[in-house]
Amino acid sequence: MTNLLLEWLIKTIVILLILVTAVAYVTLMERKVMAWIQLRVGPNRVGLGKFRLWGLMQPLADGLKMIFKEDFIPGQANYWLYIAAPALSLIPALMTFIVIPYGSTITLFNRTIELHVTRMNVGLLYILALTSVGVYGIVLAGWSSNNKYSLMGGLRSSAQMISYELALGLSIVSVLLYAGTLDLVDIVNAQSGFHGLAWNIFRYPLLIPVFITFYIASLAETNRTPFDLPEADSELVAGYHTEYSSMKFVMFQMAEYLNLITASSITTTLFFGGWNGPFVGRAPFLGPVYFMLKVLGLIFLAMWIRYTVPRFRYDQLMRFGWKFLLPAAIVNIIISSTVILLKY
Amino acid sequence: MVYYIPVLLILIIAVGMASVIIILSRLVGRSRPTPEKMMPYECGVEPVGTSRERQSVKFYLVAMVFLLFDIEAVFLVPWAAVFRGVLESETYRSLKYVFYGEMMVFMVVLFVGLVYVWRKGILEWNR
Repeated sequence: MTNLLLEWLIKTIVILLILVTAVAYVTLMERKVMAWIQLRVGPNRVGLGKFRLWGLMQPLADGLKMIFKEDFIPGQANYWLYIAAPALSLIPALMTFIVIPYGSTITLFNRTIELHVTRMNVGLLYILALTSVGVYGIVLAGWSSNNKYSLMGGLRSSAQMISYELALGLSIVSVLLYAGTLDLVDIVNAQSGFHGLAWNIFRYPLLIPVFITFYIASLAETNRTPFDLPEADSELVAGYHTEYSSMKFVMFQMAEYLNLITASSITTTLFFGGWNGPFVGRAPFLGPVYFMLKVLGLIFLAMWIRYTVPRFRYDQLMRFGWKFLLPAAIVNIIISSTVILLKY
Repeated sequence: MVYYIPVLLILIIAVGMASVIIILSRLVGRSRPTPEKMMPYECGVEPVGTSRERQSVKFYLVAMVFLLFDIEAVFLVPWAAVFRGVLESETYRSLKYVFYGEMMVFMVVLFVGLVYVWRKGILEWNR
């Protein structure tokens, strides 16, 4: 029992460290990708001494700068809610990742270590629940800073996130029809056949439309462009975090990028075989590598969309969510279940 | 149940991390408040009115509709999770059309609900 507890503790801490580093470098990747799409160079100055290293030390410099900024609380803000809001949005974002498997098993110090922090038979529901909790941070931030832009951002964000959560949940139901379990580890293990290429999206072509609705809904859930109405820079300054500065601002940014990473990981797990790939049976250490490559690919796709597609208008956003995405998800469930029924 | 212990672990670590970040920036960053700085930011103009104003009732309606639909979506999850299992099991196989048909009736009700909300104009934002 003590051994198990120690293993969990180590895995949790390692995962958190990897996640925090990943967040820092995803922000750099975002700036680089944005720069390349707009035919610029992007951050390339901050390096080690004389070596510029393509700006690889930029996130470190940004972090240091942000710590030393003035930690400012507006005069008319609701003091405790204003402080609690960034924590409320960061904590659920950090907690989601523990149920996602990122490899099969490896042997280290004569111990077989399973490459996932924990598994539970309600893994997907756990993730859905935590993403719903994440809305509270944004809404409270918008309300407590006592600023009109923040309030508008918070309200928009809550309405948008709950609207697209329906489409997200119903898309997951379609995947469940094929997978037959909510345990993410089992879902990934079921995709390991045919030299590690029996991914759900290849095995069941009917999941392709489901993937599209799921991906659009998850972009909206993570407040990415074209759904970044909560922080639409051109009309709301910065939306719900207008009044935030210093590390509290960083916490909102971290939560946002953590959500992006988690959403990409879940998409990988549900549709693209998780850590499965060629030769992974013979060399288990390839599992995390494949997983990382797939997640990076999906993150790149999200960035590509961000700098290519213009932002929706708010009424268009709500119309798209309720009148297109939600009916499409329901029709997907009906088609999938009918096809499965006819097969047996 | 033992597999839920890591959730507790990560909750403690995440709360700790968040508090350390908040306290650290409070200690390290300097603080020089001025009356102008403490005002709500409105692009440099003197703030007009308060921000505790009335809001559009649309947001409230969307929240209500969301609650209804989300409960129905949650109802679908257990059905979907055991769907293949029921079709494959020897005991329940004879009931597969009942199992499928009942949920289809429920889905039709769900769809009719959506059409009702649609026709009532709750989803029209520019009216």
